Amino acid sequence: MALAIELIGITKRFPGVVANDHVELKVEEGEIHAICGENGAGKSTLMKVLYWMLQADEGTMNVFGQEVRFASPTEAIGAGIGMVHQHFMLADQLTVLENVILGAEPVHALGLIDFDEAKDHLKKVAESYGLFIDPDDLVEELEVGERQRVEIIKVLYRGAKILILDEPTAVLVPQEVEELFRNMRDLKKDGATILFIDHKLDEVLAIADTITVLRQGQSVATVKPDQVTAQDLAELMVGSELPTPETTESTVRDEVALEVSGLTVIDQDERVIVDDVSFRVRRGEVLGIAGVEGNGQTELIEAVIGTSPAARGIVTLNGADVTRATVRHRREQGIGYIPQDRHREGLLLPAPLWENAALGHQTQQPFSKGIWMDRQGARQRTEDIRREFDVRTPDVDVPAHALSGGNQQKLIVGREMMAEPSVLLAAHPTRGIDVGAQAAVWEDIKAARRAGMATLLVSADLDELIGLSDTIVVMLRGRIVATLDPATVTPRDLGAFMTGATSAGAA
Amino acid sequence: MKAIPLWKRASLLLAAPVAALIFSILMSSIVLVLSGSSPLRAYADMFEHASRLETMIDILNRATPLYIAGVAAAIGFRMNLFNIGVEGQYLLAAIVAAHLGAMVTLTPVLHVTFIMLVAMVVGAAYSGFAGLLKVTRGVNEVISTIMLNAIAISGLVAYLVRLWQAGGAIDPGSAQQVGTTPIPESGLLPDLNVVVEGLFRELRQGKELTGVLLVAILVGVGYHVLVNRTRFGFDLRASGINPFAANVGGVPPKRMVVAAMALSGAIAGLVGLSEIMHIGFFPANPIKGLGFTGIAVALLGRNHPLGIVFAALIFAFLDVSSGVLQFTGAASREIVVIMQGVIILAAVVAYEIARRAREKEEARAAAEAMVAV
Ligand SMILES: Nc1ncnc2c1ncn2[C@@H]1O[C@H](COP(=O)(O)OP(=O)(O)OP(=O)(O)O)[C@@H](O)[C@H]1O
Ligand SMILES: [Mg+2]
Repeated sequence: MALAIELIGITKRFPGVVANDHVELKVEEGEIHAICGENGAGKSTLMKVLYWMLQADEGTMNVFGQEVRFASPTEAIGAGIGMVHQHFMLADQLTVLENVILGAEPVHALGLIDFDEAKDHLKKVAESYGLFIDPDDLVEELEVGERQRVEIIKVLYRGAKILILDEPTAVLVPQEVEELFRNMRDLKKDGATILFIDHKLDEVLAIADTITVLRQGQSVATVKPDQVTAQDLAELMVGSELPTPETTESTVRDEVALEVSGLTVIDQDERVIVDDVSFRVRRGEVLGIAGVEGNGQTELIEAVIGTSPAARGIVTLNGADVTRATVRHRREQGIGYIPQDRHREGLLLPAPLWENAALGHQTQQPFSKGIWMDRQGARQRTEDIRREFDVRTPDVDVPAHALSGGNQQKLIVGREMMAEPSVLLAAHPTRGIDVGAQAAVWEDIKAARRAGMATLLVSADLDELIGLSDTIVVMLRGRIVATLDPATVTPRDLGAFMTGATSAGAA
Repeated sequence: MKAIPLWKRASLLLAAPVAALIFSILMSSIVLVLSGSSPLRAYADMFEHASRLETMIDILNRATPLYIAGVAAAIGFRMNLFNIGVEGQYLLAAIVAAHLGAMVTLTPVLHVTFIMLVAMVVGAAYSGFAGLLKVTRGVNEVISTIMLNAIAISGLVAYLVRLWQAGGAIDPGSAQQVGTTPIPESGLLPDLNVVVEGLFRELRQGKELTGVLLVAILVGVGYHVLVNRTRFGFDLRASGINPFAANVGGVPPKRMVVAAMALSGAIAGLVGLSEIMHIGFFPANPIKGLGFTGIAVALLGRNHPLGIVFAALIFAFLDVSSGVLQFTGAASREIVVIMQGVIILAAVVAYEIARRAREKEEARAAAEAMVAV
């Protein structure tokens, strides 16, 4: 088979880091090729080099047998290479159609945008690949899976023959992953070549034709999925064993740390997003919330941290009513928060790591003393986070955007865990974190749980949810529709509850 | 970032303003040639004049209020707030401070402090009102401050000047000027001529180096400490960088908007000091435009406490030079206005180019490139 892409000796350096170190990569035309590796191994960097968002320092690149040299992603697109980023880049206020054509608008003779022509073209593209979406929907109203579809259509619309997907499954629930994989197989049938990054090794084994493993910037192996197990892959990546989350003995105590009763959240359009939800989380307990994204989990968490107001109901923290309290007050009373979208709510991207480590804790030791910031204390704490949570960075003065996605996530997890919260609100805490580091984070959560931390866990990763939780509740259209025992429930059952296929009290 | 050598960082940082300056000199030269003047002669006159001690004093005296206005605007910019209202805030603050300052009898230090406090409170209240409108009614601060400017300048100040008018001035240099009742000596900041004369020589032409320069220095140091060393400054910057993350991080977004606007206004209130402390009262015909120029100064100085110093000096130099050009007849004084405008435009473009270059240098071109696709 012909090679769609061949990378020879690609090297890319950043200040203090060699992100890609003479990487070799061969991708055959029409295959699905997975890239695996630890956080910071250089996967995203390699993909950006391939897409010419970054210029390699050394090495050559052949596309369909021709050596190429582009000036920008625009030219890469022209040559048939398209990329969907891990952090979506859509304009919320525009429609699907407008987002798709942005920057590639077909123009009338008069210089006006030809929307009819664009819509026809979009429909043709979408239909031929079996990607269904209404071109007139506003992007802000779409679910994550749909947004991702828009990103993919956007790339296909520009005629991409080679698709790069950076961690496409990280934000999806299992049903959506299946849907995405179906789409990927269809695309492949139509002759497209797909490169994708994924930390979930069973997914990789299920869909990839070929797998390339990166370790510390180098390409260490290229394997076929039928020759390896997930265990082998993990060893290739990190040189350690593949961990499985399992619940240890219960550490649930009697005192209630967080109590929510009759909580109702109503959005600007007067829609009921969280509908009369009640639950208790005791010290030492992990309460898992399962649900397809967009069923009120986000808003529930927001109401508990205090960023969206509760229309009705009461939030009690360690015995005190905090329903009307400010976010700062709740934080000072011991709520830790791992937001679902690290770029939007978790980080100050251009600011140094030590300032990022202070965010959310800036009124407390060791980040400040009275009205003054304690730069020394903050730096020291950041060093501690870096060491204990294995945040890979040259130093704590680099801006947060210089960290790889998984390392940014580890920084956030470390910042919240180091503050020893009494209640942790964790939305997808290990999203984008590699298998090795994921196990470490799970261990940290379990250790803190033993020490009495109460956790409210939202996760799209059902294994994580089942492995960590003491109790699981399922949210559907803003309501809690089932309470399940993680010891007996399977991911498949859980999926059925989440989509409303099964409805019952308890399993 | 540490890994990039210091000289490279410094040159990237300075490249933009220097390039903007060179570009605007080129543009002005073209305009000068087109209008039939000799650019070389005009520049020679400007620099020759500026090298005199007396002119330098003029430049410092003009840079002082521009610096304070620049810091006022910069505080807003740090939070992505566009306080266009510095102009109205300083004029209103100055007239109220001058009037109240003339009505009280206090010991010297207290008296000056009182006048400054009044100015800051008036500025803060007027600007904070725009902040309140934003968080309670969702009115964009650009619109509200523009309207508040109009109300302050052609409404309140014009009215108060007539209401509080006190016939004539005691200041010998401006005997025919009218304005508010003169502030007693105890309420005026002494000039800094002693310092200048100690360092250089006696000042001629009755020039005085304004004592408000000390206030400007304090404002600059205070601004640096506040933004970079205090919790409030951290909250301010965090809200400017990522309001969502700041909100989740416990920074109350609405309160921050009001606080930042009020603080910006408080500093704006000090801009007019250099006039009332100099002539001793608020004149019927005050110096206007310092607030608007201050916005440009903050822009050129990149909101940086030292950057604003250089920007204020450049604008003050150009302002003072416009008089020189008029005087020597080397060129029309309007050329200076053109230069100021071109500098700002060129600076905005140059900063953008430099930012891209820096991002490339730090290999962050990532997100930018997506926009282009
Ligand atoms: N813009 C940048 N500036 C400086 N260093 C960078 C930059 N982008 C990436 N790096 C560094 O390059 C290395 C590789 O990063 P990359 O984002 O490619 O990792 P990754 O394999 O995608 O990891 P993850 O699984 O966490 O997303 C990391 O050490 C990272 O800190
Ligand atoms: Mg990555």
